[in-house]
Amino acid sequence: MLSRANLIGAVLFLAAGIIGFFLPPWLVSLLTIAFANALVVLGLIILWRAGLVPFGQALYYCSGAYTVALLARWAGVSDAFVLLIAGGLVAGIVAFLTGFLLARYREIFFAMLSLAMSMILYGVLVKTETLGSTDGFGVDPPHFLGYAPHGDALGFALYWFVLVVCAISALVIGVYFKSVAGALAVPIRDNEIRVEFLGISVTRLIHMKLVIAGTLAGVGGALAAMTIGHVDPNMSYWTTSGGFVFVTILAGAGSVAAAFVGSLVFEIVRSFAFAVLPGFWQMTLGIVLLLTILFLPEGLGSLATRFRRRKPDTKPVATS
Amino acid sequence: MSAILSVSGLEKTFGSVVAARDISLDIPAQQTVGVIGANGAGKTTFVNMITGHLTPTKGSIHFEGKDITGLPSRDITQMGISRSFQVAQVFPSLSVFDNMCAATAIARGDGRFISAALRSVHAPEIAADVNVAIELFQIAAYRDTLASTLPQGIRKLLDIAMAVAGAPRVLLLDEPTSGISIEEKFQLMDVVMSALKARNITVLFVEHDMEIVERFADRVLAFYDGTVIADGTPGETLGQARVQELITGAKLKLPHGEASPHA
Amino acid sequence: MLTAFAILTDGLAYAAYLFMVAVGLTLIFGVMKILNVAHGSFYAFGAYGAAMAAGIYYDRGLPEAGGFLFMILLAMAIGLVLGLILERGVLRFVYGRDEVIVVLVTYAVFLILEDVIVFIWGPQSYAAYQPMVWAGNVEIGELVLSNYDILLVAISAGLALFAYWALKFTRYGRLLTVVIFDRETAAAFGINVTVVYTVTFIIGAMLGALGGAMMAPKISITLGIGVEVIVLAFAVVAVGGMGSIEGALVGALIVGICRAAAVHLMPQIELFVIYAVMALVLVFRPYGLFTRAQPRKI
Repeated sequence: MLSRANLIGAVLFLAAGIIGFFLPPWLVSLLTIAFANALVVLGLIILWRAGLVPFGQALYYCSGAYTVALLARWAGVSDAFVLLIAGGLVAGIVAFLTGFLLARYREIFFAMLSLAMSMILYGVLVKTETLGSTDGFGVDPPHFLGYAPHGDALGFALYWFVLVVCAISALVIGVYFKSVAGALAVPIRDNEIRVEFLGISVTRLIHMKLVIAGTLAGVGGALAAMTIGHVDPNMSYWTTSGGFVFVTILAGAGSVAAAFVGSLVFEIVRSFAFAVLPGFWQMTLGIVLLLTILFLPEGLGSLATRFRRRKPDTKPVATS
Repeated sequence: MSAILSVSGLEKTFGSVVAARDISLDIPAQQTVGVIGANGAGKTTFVNMITGHLTPTKGSIHFEGKDITGLPSRDITQMGISRSFQVAQVFPSLSVFDNMCAATAIARGDGRFISAALRSVHAPEIAADVNVAIELFQIAAYRDTLASTLPQGIRKLLDIAMAVAGAPRVLLLDEPTSGISIEEKFQLMDVVMSALKARNITVLFVEHDMEIVERFADRVLAFYDGTVIADGTPGETLGQARVQELITGAKLKLPHGEASPHA
Repeated sequence: MLTAFAILTDGLAYAAYLFMVAVGLTLIFGVMKILNVAHGSFYAFGAYGAAMAAGIYYDRGLPEAGGFLFMILLAMAIGLVLGLILERGVLRFVYGRDEVIVVLVTYAVFLILEDVIVFIWGPQSYAAYQPMVWAGNVEIGELVLSNYDILLVAISAGLALFAYWALKFTRYGRLLTVVIFDRETAAAFGINVTVVYTVTFIIGAMLGALGGAMMAPKISITLGIGVEVIVLAFAVVAVGGMGSIEGALVGALIVGICRAAAVHLMPQIELFVIYAVMALVLVFRPYGLFTRAQPRKI
């Protein structure tokens, strides 16, 4: 269990947490959002490994966010842990239900159907007064098992909360990637028929991936809702999904860490472009995406692997 | 001897095209059956129906007494019928070892998806199985080579080794030697057949090379126009005038392999 | 009865607009297997170009009738240039890559073009209402119809007929049909696929720009119009079948009428209904109404 990767992960996690105390609040909030979104990206990586790219992952993100907002508004729930679990659960259930359809689709048709589903939610939210219509509505600051911080303290509490959720998710998904179901992603992408002939249902494997990815997106959405303090229908719009896919391409599907690095780089590039070139931040993002696809087809994560491969071979890809 | 696999009245039509008709036969356990016939004679359709890739239009297939007609291929594999493919079906972006791990891990699974999400694909017992299998099929030298860069013969062996990973009782080989040079064909078949014999597997293989059929099959089925026109020992089947006329061609005494028409 | 008639006329007008936007998208997909997100940008450039043309033209007090023509010509010229630059400058480097990756490339281009619009035209909104006013209205009983809407339907119908004729009866159209059917064989028979791609992409871009120019008089031309249009066009082509021209026509009619019905009967489901139809069609006919699956051989 205590592999080198996990050890490095634990060190980075602690470092990130401690650094938070020395950063200005705006930067802490930027990191919080980056790590919350990284969970959505982690889910997309699971799917992308199997060759699936959904253009509607915002459906689950938005489900998680609205669950938090509605629970807080209608049921007066304010505990961050309860809200988080509810957000993940609702999104997971939505993913489980939509999965019966989506798991049968591939390639562009998969992308399109998932897009349609997220746009349905958008259409409903935009036109429903009781759900806040186009403006959405605010989310009150959450409590943490009775602890109710304000101002900067709330920012730090949320930052730590998000970090812990990320660490747990990274561990779990790390185990999943090495498992039979997780490792079958590449075989599914390479040759689905062969997988079926080896005696396992590809549809059910993909269904499981959809539920995991959807739950992660819901958790990310729940965290984003608490951090931003507001939800609106744009969380389900296709551009939100597009943004997540963007980060996934940027990150690459190489490892769990890629999701977090990619998301962080994305938020930094976006904020930087927004501050320095206010009229051209979309263009900057577009150019970064183009360059990534053209010159780094396996994403930022492949930089690390390339570097590692140049070192003399110490040990083959052994296991057991 | 009771049949491990028995088909009766099998028929498959695609619109007005009849790909298979009136196929009825029994295969006893541990027999090695060669299937011959020109391209389009229905050999692959026959294999596809038994392994669940195609659902027969009519007729039934029984395996160890159970009706398996129309079951999905994964269920049929789980019950104990595996297959290899005319064009080797492997996972190009994985190494030979990882290809075998995937196949072995699926085979060793209990069919529950929760446990598939928790067990490691590189668990010691899986790796051990894989190491034995790649020795048996003589592909251990390529253990860490990506499947996309394998020589054709090794890729075919990997394909078959993956099919055998599930410890099937019946194995269907669809043209195991297609795409292999004449010199390598016998060597490949020797490796495959001795590996299968060691595991007491009933084999049905589709083959164009009559010398290979004669050498390895206990029994030969000749397909023509979607049905079986001859069924017997290699000598009996290949000796029939109709088989010679329609499939093997008159014995021209060319170097081996040339006698079978490929068009 | 009046409602039914209103639904029909509104639906037709909306379908005309949808078809105009979707036909270029489906053409590009059919031939090149590229689901072009930047098609939304072509639409936006067409609309902005038309608004610019209207500004230049009507300020000079030239005869009313020519203004509309000038708007369309300028928009299509912009489409031509944009299409050429994109295909030669970007897309040809990613031919052969995964379909989904190519979608992302066009998404990147779309993001870039969004800011190019701001750079050229600034953040303010534009209007090009003149042709709409010039065309006037016609009254049928209690119903008032805009002549411009009728023109829109007529032009869309003309476009559909033209596309049908061009694909069936012209040399280039037949070449396209061959490439759509089987790219590799087409190349093997000596068809210059590279040229076919470039020309197709330019035609598609011009059609997208035409859609924008045609809609310009009816809308407020503002930032983000391309964002909305592209996902509508996706819905239309997904319903009809990606790559199919007749599919785009039927898809536009279905989506157009459904939306009009929702607007008149149950306004709160207006947006929902479009994507519900899209999802429903995809569920029962994954490849759309007009294309079918190709089974894989083993």
